[in-house]
Amino acid sequence: MQSKKILVYILLVLGALTMLLPFFWMVSTAFKTGFEALQTPPTWLPKHFQWGNWVRAWQAAPFATYLINSVVVSLATTLGQLVTSILAAFAFAKLNFSGKKVLFTILLATMMVPGEMLIIPNFVTLSELHLVNTYGALIVPWLASFFAVFTLRQSFASVPDQLYYAARLDGASDWQFLWRILVPNAKSTITAIGLLQIIGSWNSFMWPLIVTNTEKMRTLPVGLQAFSSDSGVQYPELMAASTFVILPMVVMYLLLNKYVVAGISNTGIKG
Amino acid sequence: MMNNTKPTWRDNLKALGYLLPMLIIVGMFSLYPIIKSLAMSFYTDYNFFTNQVNAIGFDNFKTLWQDANFHLAVWNTIVFVVGVVPVEIILSLAIASLLNQINRLAGLFRTLYFMPFVTSVVAISMVWRWIYNKDAGLLNYLLGFVGVHPIDWLNDPHYAMPALIILAIWKGLGFNILLFLVALNNVDQRLYDAAMLDGANSWQRFWHVTLPMISPMTFLVTVNAVIGSFKVFDEIFALFGGQPGPGHSTLTVVYYLYQMFYEQNKYGLAAASGVVLFLMILVVTLFQLWWSKKHVHY
Repeated sequence: MQSKKILVYILLVLGALTMLLPFFWMVSTAFKTGFEALQTPPTWLPKHFQWGNWVRAWQAAPFATYLINSVVVSLATTLGQLVTSILAAFAFAKLNFSGKKVLFTILLATMMVPGEMLIIPNFVTLSELHLVNTYGALIVPWLASFFAVFTLRQSFASVPDQLYYAARLDGASDWQFLWRILVPNAKSTITAIGLLQIIGSWNSFMWPLIVTNTEKMRTLPVGLQAFSSDSGVQYPELMAASTFVILPMVVMYLLLNKYVVAGISNTGIKG
Repeated sequence: MMNNTKPTWRDNLKALGYLLPMLIIVGMFSLYPIIKSLAMSFYTDYNFFTNQVNAIGFDNFKTLWQDANFHLAVWNTIVFVVGVVPVEIILSLAIASLLNQINRLAGLFRTLYFMPFVTSVVAISMVWRWIYNKDAGLLNYLLGFVGVHPIDWLNDPHYAMPALIILAIWKGLGFNILLFLVALNNVDQRLYDAAMLDGANSWQRFWHVTLPMISPMTFLVTVNAVIGSFKVFDEIFALFGGQPGPGHSTLTVVYYLYQMFYEQNKYGLAAASGVVLFLMILVVTLFQLWWSKKHVHY
């Protein structure tokens, strides 16, 4: 029995090492000289830590601009999505209106359609609104998501209707009931939706690639991709730049990992 | 109950107020484009700059039907899905089962396995591009210990797809492990006790208790993984530096759509390939649903 446990741990450690190896290799390479990185056999740890690589990578492309864009876009889309979803989820969970079931079913069905199919007409729409290559194009289409509405509705619906009617009798308005009772009650679901959206927005690539065409509007992943195709970029700098993109989400995840895990465990679908 | 009464115009107006912000965005950027891209797939002569449609018809679909590149894209997409999904499901279930057997450090392991999920596909693909390097890459170095000669992963058309599949499996494992863990936790311990009393060994318990009990989650994970794999794009773009692999060896349907739309400005053709992608996903999902009716125990 004991030896079986040890085998389980050995397998899990081997698996964990496989998952971590690319991260380790990224950081290790980022500290090497270009010459050392290309040596065979490779060295596991740099002989002399090249701190200058990080500064050079940061300055080799406008990473500060990319970082600001990524932060603005992730926060704006997440906040917007939370507000629109909270309002809509309340209507679906507690309000009585005509066509509720039909509307809900139609919106649910739209989740089946691959987002890649929508890129072309959305690009045309944004061109007509003269929003291509602006924050508008990066943010506005993502200000609402039916997935978030759907998840939040479940959470709101779990608060008994009796509580709603009691609050109404006591003179509370819908607005007060929503923000004072329902929202605080669904705090963990809201946090999870928010975190998943930040991660999704931070890492998204195809859409920002298509709707931006100047350096100053690029987000980090698009900027990194462009940097990687610059001539003369060496692997240590490319690995340092990749770390810039990865690190903020890893730090946020490690700090708030229980919310992220709970969110995925509860919803079971990618954000 | 209030919910059973017929809503008044006042109720409707109030609900509309709450729904409107979501409806405007979803209507403009999800509902409208679904209809629009269906329509666009029939535009055979379209001027984007004047937004003028000069001719419509089935020509885009005919072109796709005859385009060797599109055939290749469909084929590569299927190879990718078949290469990724089964391995990912089996590996993630195995790891989740191992994690489920331990108490100490289980949280730490779960955190580590999940890390690739929160990382940018583009950034981590850069790292894998470096790991796959033929001369100084880490993978060829490690494979050297078991006598494998250096492989040109990213430039040899035979190895580009396996390289992409390995990266995708590595990236997707953590998410599926998490879902399987939820399912494994929910299996009633008494079922295992009963099976033990009947003399079932651990393999039999896994096969006859665990697998049937978690089958709804296996179904969900599989459907998710299949849909996600059908839409692969970012990994390819980043791994092969804005090319669909050497000799188009990793050209997928979404990559084809991107090329037609963004590089060649053939909007109608791109929309048509999107419709085909949607139909492929729909057929496979419906098939899974039909199959699950017979094999998933709820």
